[in-house]
Amino acid sequence: MPLRSDIKKVLVIGSGPIVIGQAAEFDYAGTQACRALKQEGLEVVLINSNPATIMTDKAMADKIYIEPLNLDVVKRVIEIERPDSVLSTLGGQTGLTLSMQLAEEGFLDKMGVKLLGANPETIHRAEDRQAFKDTMEEIGEPCIPSKVVETVEDAVSYTEGTIGYPVIIRPAFTLGGTGGGIAHNREELKEIAGIGLQLSPITQVLVEKCISGWKEIEFEVIRDRKGNIITVCSMENVDPVGVHTGDSIVVAPAVTLSAKEYDMLRTAALNMVSALKVEGGCNCQFALHPSSMEYAVIEVNPRVSRSSALASKATGYPIAKVATKIAIGYTLDEILNQVTGKTYACFEPAIDYLVLKFPKWPFDKFVYAERTLGTQMKATGEVMSIGTSFEQSLMKAVRGAELGLDTMNLPEYAALTDEQVYEKLHDCDDQRIFAVFEALKRGITPEKIHEITMIDNWFLYKMQNLVKLEQRLSNEPLTDELYKQAKDFGYLDGTIEKISGQTIAHKRYASYKMVDTCAAEFEAETPYFYSTYDEENEAKEFLERKGSGKKKILVFGSGPIRIGQGIEFDYCSVHCVWSLKELGYEAVICNNNPETVSTDFDTGDRLYFDPLNKEDVWNIIQTEQPDGVVVQFGGQTAIKLTKFLNEKGVNILGTGADSIDAAEDRERFDEVLEKLHIPRPKGHTVFTEEEAINAANDLGYPVLMRPSYVLGGQNMIIAHSDKDITEYMAIITSHNIENPVLIDKYMMGTEVEVDAICDGTDYLIPGIMEHIERAGIHSGDSISVYPARTLSDKIKKTIIDYTGKLAMELKVIGLVNIQYVVYNDEVYVIEVNPRSSRTVPYISKVTGVPMVDLATKIMLGATLKELGYQGGLYPDAGYVAVKVPVFSFEKLHDVDTHLGPEMKSTGEVLGIAKTLDEALYKGLVAAGYKMKKKGGVFITVRDTDKQEIIAVADKFSQMGFELYATAGTANTLNKNMIAANVVRKISEDPANNPLTLLDSGKIDYVISTSAKGRIPARDSVKIRRKAVEHSIACLTSIDTANALADCLAMDKTVNDIELIDITKI
Amino acid sequence: MKKGTLLLANGVEFEGVCFGAEGTVIGEVVFTTSAVGYQEALSDPAYHGQILLQTFPLIGNYGTNDEDYASASCHVTGYLVREWCDTPSNFRMQDNIDHFLKKHGIIGLCGIDTRRLTHILREQGTMNGVIFSGEADKAALLEQLKSHKLVRPAADVAVKEPVSYPAKQEAYRVAVLDFGYDRSLVAELNRRGCSVTVFPALTTAEQIKQLGMDGIVLSDGPGNPEDYTDEVANIKEITALGLPIFGISLGHQLLAMAMGAKTKKLLHGHRGASQPVVDLRHGRTYVTAQNHGYIVDKESLSSDVGTVSCLNANDKSCEGIDYLSIPAFSVQFRPNVIQYRSAPESEYDRFVQMLARENA
Repeated sequence: MPLRSDIKKVLVIGSGPIVIGQAAEFDYAGTQACRALKQEGLEVVLINSNPATIMTDKAMADKIYIEPLNLDVVKRVIEIERPDSVLSTLGGQTGLTLSMQLAEEGFLDKMGVKLLGANPETIHRAEDRQAFKDTMEEIGEPCIPSKVVETVEDAVSYTEGTIGYPVIIRPAFTLGGTGGGIAHNREELKEIAGIGLQLSPITQVLVEKCISGWKEIEFEVIRDRKGNIITVCSMENVDPVGVHTGDSIVVAPAVTLSAKEYDMLRTAALNMVSALKVEGGCNCQFALHPSSMEYAVIEVNPRVSRSSALASKATGYPIAKVATKIAIGYTLDEILNQVTGKTYACFEPAIDYLVLKFPKWPFDKFVYAERTLGTQMKATGEVMSIGTSFEQSLMKAVRGAELGLDTMNLPEYAALTDEQVYEKLHDCDDQRIFAVFEALKRGITPEKIHEITMIDNWFLYKMQNLVKLEQRLSNEPLTDELYKQAKDFGYLDGTIEKISGQTIAHKRYASYKMVDTCAAEFEAETPYFYSTYDEENEAKEFLERKGSGKKKILVFGSGPIRIGQGIEFDYCSVHCVWSLKELGYEAVICNNNPETVSTDFDTGDRLYFDPLNKEDVWNIIQTEQPDGVVVQFGGQTAIKLTKFLNEKGVNILGTGADSIDAAEDRERFDEVLEKLHIPRPKGHTVFTEEEAINAANDLGYPVLMRPSYVLGGQNMIIAHSDKDITEYMAIITSHNIENPVLIDKYMMGTEVEVDAICDGTDYLIPGIMEHIERAGIHSGDSISVYPARTLSDKIKKTIIDYTGKLAMELKVIGLVNIQYVVYNDEVYVIEVNPRSSRTVPYISKVTGVPMVDLATKIMLGATLKELGYQGGLYPDAGYVAVKVPVFSFEKLHDVDTHLGPEMKSTGEVLGIAKTLDEALYKGLVAAGYKMKKKGGVFITVRDTDKQEIIAVADKFSQMGFELYATAGTANTLNKNMIAANVVRKISEDPANNPLTLLDSGKIDYVISTSAKGRIPARDSVKIRRKAVEHSIACLTSIDTANALADCLAMDKTVNDIELIDITKI
Repeated sequence: MKKGTLLLANGVEFEGVCFGAEGTVIGEVVFTTSAVGYQEALSDPAYHGQILLQTFPLIGNYGTNDEDYASASCHVTGYLVREWCDTPSNFRMQDNIDHFLKKHGIIGLCGIDTRRLTHILREQGTMNGVIFSGEADKAALLEQLKSHKLVRPAADVAVKEPVSYPAKQEAYRVAVLDFGYDRSLVAELNRRGCSVTVFPALTTAEQIKQLGMDGIVLSDGPGNPEDYTDEVANIKEITALGLPIFGISLGHQLLAMAMGAKTKKLLHGHRGASQPVVDLRHGRTYVTAQNHGYIVDKESLSSDVGTVSCLNANDKSCEGIDYLSIPAFSVQFRPNVIQYRSAPESEYDRFVQMLARENA
């Protein structure tokens, strides 16, 4: 039976902001879902608070609400739009939980809305720990011995009385296992169980026998309402049980299982999904004993997930799309496989390559973060690689993860003694795989490493092959045969020559193989390629056989999601591709991020799933022979290729390589500014610590330090003293940065940001954004307001003028992002980025100006005038739109939450309304602020903030909040007639101090600023971490606190604020 | 590392590296898309005399052992892989794939572009090929490839004398007419209370009747069904006994021929563990394991003799027949764990129900 006739209008709930554990994969799933629904002629209503997503784009849905994802708001959307159905399983845990709440409250029944994708019984049985255990017991599937408890005491008595240490604590209903952990003794158990109970919305944790070291195997299963069921893909974690699957290196398919083990687990997966009556996609995780047939079910996720996105990209099987079609009535045998155009969705994909997923962690930014990996996911993103061998896939993934590595050799480990390397094997952290490689190099046997790490010998032997190859490269003549072997193992030419010290005699270009869901059994229609070194080049043959004769444009994506380079760049890349297709070009994509829409098999005309390194990209160009390439939408990942491509004579569309260099090279940029008479904060370029100290003293503290050529303010800090300079120069130089360090005078003024489109003659500024927080906090972490709220007309005019001058002088063709600081009524330029930026999706949506589309057309020769746009500042949209950053601090222990010039947020939400206060209120709610209007506020600020805190504290006091403050701050407040309770320092009173105050539950907001931060042992950092543990809003800028106070004082709730369908803008 | 060559009947050559047993072997080159189960495939009688190509590039990852044979010996004669694993890892592992091939005299060739070879077979159909090492007279080999044909290969793999496998608690006695059965068949029947006796394929209706069997299974096996004219004639007589009959794969084809239908060759066959089948009786679709190069032509099946019960979801070819005039049914796929975990019922259960009904 095809489409259900009772479905006409569907509400799709998205997953909200990007946080660790819930990232771009849900934009990919949501986008596929929306497209699948629209293809069926259904009306789609979308709600998602995340403006950087593709799913919230006008092309994706008929009605779009970028509004807070909470129950009240979703109810109001349903009341306004009256959909007949709601799709629950495509918006991650957020969308699923909201849908279940709506169903359980009877709201859906009352409104006559059908729940698609999951029924509450299925979800309850899959997600409630006890109900799941009972279900598994009924069908004879073994679970890990465990018990659901609601108190710490019960956790201790069950552990010590029944299963023994170590145990794993898993809180119920939290994202990515937030708050879980492994406890080896009573003390640890009490701590972890305590936190877990607090974080669980239903105050439940599971205490579970620890089976660390077992193999971790996953199956992606899909089932329809008739009961037809298939497995899409098996996956095996290189890191055994103990490391969250999101933090594990994963291969697909499973490689160390014999057919008997494979069939056993596949059977178990099918049994489970059938028993749960899932209709759609479902992820099943198993632990398999490494030396017996014993296994245990870890968990199931009855929805699309990060793993299903990976499985989709690994096989070419679009799980989210098929799950959507199932939700609206289709069965697997009715859904055509678009890759082959011949087979159906009831076909289990067969693959003829090895896929490897490598996580991307934020520890390069958070140098003091606890790097240990456990049950709490910490990665922000991932890369996937496809190869014909494990060695090749691993090498591709490692160089594609943008770690600054092109092999498994980590320089800091190469410097260790054998004993130290051996010790490193015991640290289960993000760099363990490199410790393993170093250990193999030192002659520690795979068997010994297996004993310590429990990583299966299969993977260790394969890594040993890489060690042996590198030894051959350094010791033997570089014959063609040895060269071919190195290429088969995934080494780049440059790396081969570097290791061997010899020149390659006959260089080879990569050939490309196709991902076709069927291991070549059927001819594929949608070309999706990966590189390898074989004779047959399927991409070339495809071009010869099916070439359309159209001009070809290659678009580079942005690689893995990381702090500072997120989903917004995928939004831009995808829009560029759509525009190119519309203009009659063939759009070809190269990217290696499995979570994204850009790597969907039918986004571009062709997809190359490969790393974005020079040689990898050059190989693609050899096969494709594109008429032009696009670098300006793929973030810094793509921009970094510009110089190389230019040298190779590749036609780069839009802003040229020279312009990009002029904007990024300090001296050249200074010349440009001088010529245009545009001021910038004074600064110097330095290479050494000594130069840095001299420069800082010349400028006068505080100064802003950063390496050149970075995105997201990586390793950017404000230094207040020589000591700070010494500390940070050490960190910066340890990253082996070839480019100089920039030191600027730090001006604490108003920060302003513009994105502009330039055609070489005219320029268009869709909107001016002003930050709530003054300069010093990274633009990605600031609350950004459109249109600018406090700027005088004179300042605005200056900004428009400077923007135009800079765009012209730098010969920008396409997009440019410029950041300004307004200080003492003077406009200074902070930086110019001649590329797309983080704010492009948000500004495009709220102004209605299709920025990427215009930029793409302009790159290909159109002018703004031809496209119907006047130059200058585009008229205001009549709405205020506020972008609020969202952080993942609860996932990253020991990270200081104090905001500064280095970006820390993982995602963002939008608040849109008629007035600033309303928009800000929505934005804060969407970002997770509870907006409590009474309670306690704890204040502890640095000396420089003491005068400014008075007014803010007064606002809280006026509203009736009880104030608490550390001695110095309290003194200031009390002197100014604001009552505040004094709280003693941590060292002064173990029973009564800021930490115990936060534990007491009396505090709803913390305002904490400090001159020093970062180091976890400092009191200020401990306080802020404590606030994170208790999910207490912690404001580290007086400006944010002030804005929040104004919002609270408004005496409205989000229910009083109008919801806005942004398609009407 | 000794270099070796695969020469196909169409003249295309693949250069690779020898592994496993040494020598020269000629056979029909077929491909399977299964990523696991290589030991079971090598010992699957339905591959008798064939050169098997693995589309998954990494083979031998979990080694080999003494338990995972599909039959008493190996049947594949030549083995084509991209990369074999000399450092396998699995707790049940006893040997690596190279030694295993040597032990069973299977000639292997690795280091070839297996995907390109699959393309050729997909486009041009399965064809004969020869694996050899060193220099060879290619013209002579090509001549040999033209004429190479296994004649009635089932005769080579089937039992010569009856073999019995009693069930622990016998409910029924089942005769398997053997064309190349695999062990799972016996295990599945035993588990359901069927004592099994495996007979040579030409065991007569009279003999079976005298032995007091409750039902008959026609096993899978290798080869072109059209070659088995004597067996088809024999099956025709057996159908007259009125006993429940269950045909599997080659057995399914031969039963159909005995009932007047015809068979035809597929271009490149169905081989692998992910073939989708539409079950028309239950209105369901499920995944099956398959290994066959021929199918029953569904158009040739007279509607008063039987109805097509299952179709291949991809090419809509016949995957099963329910007979109307006799208590019999058959399937083209392998009714094993892969299928019955996702199907509404196991074909073995269905057969046992038929035994119960007919013997009531």
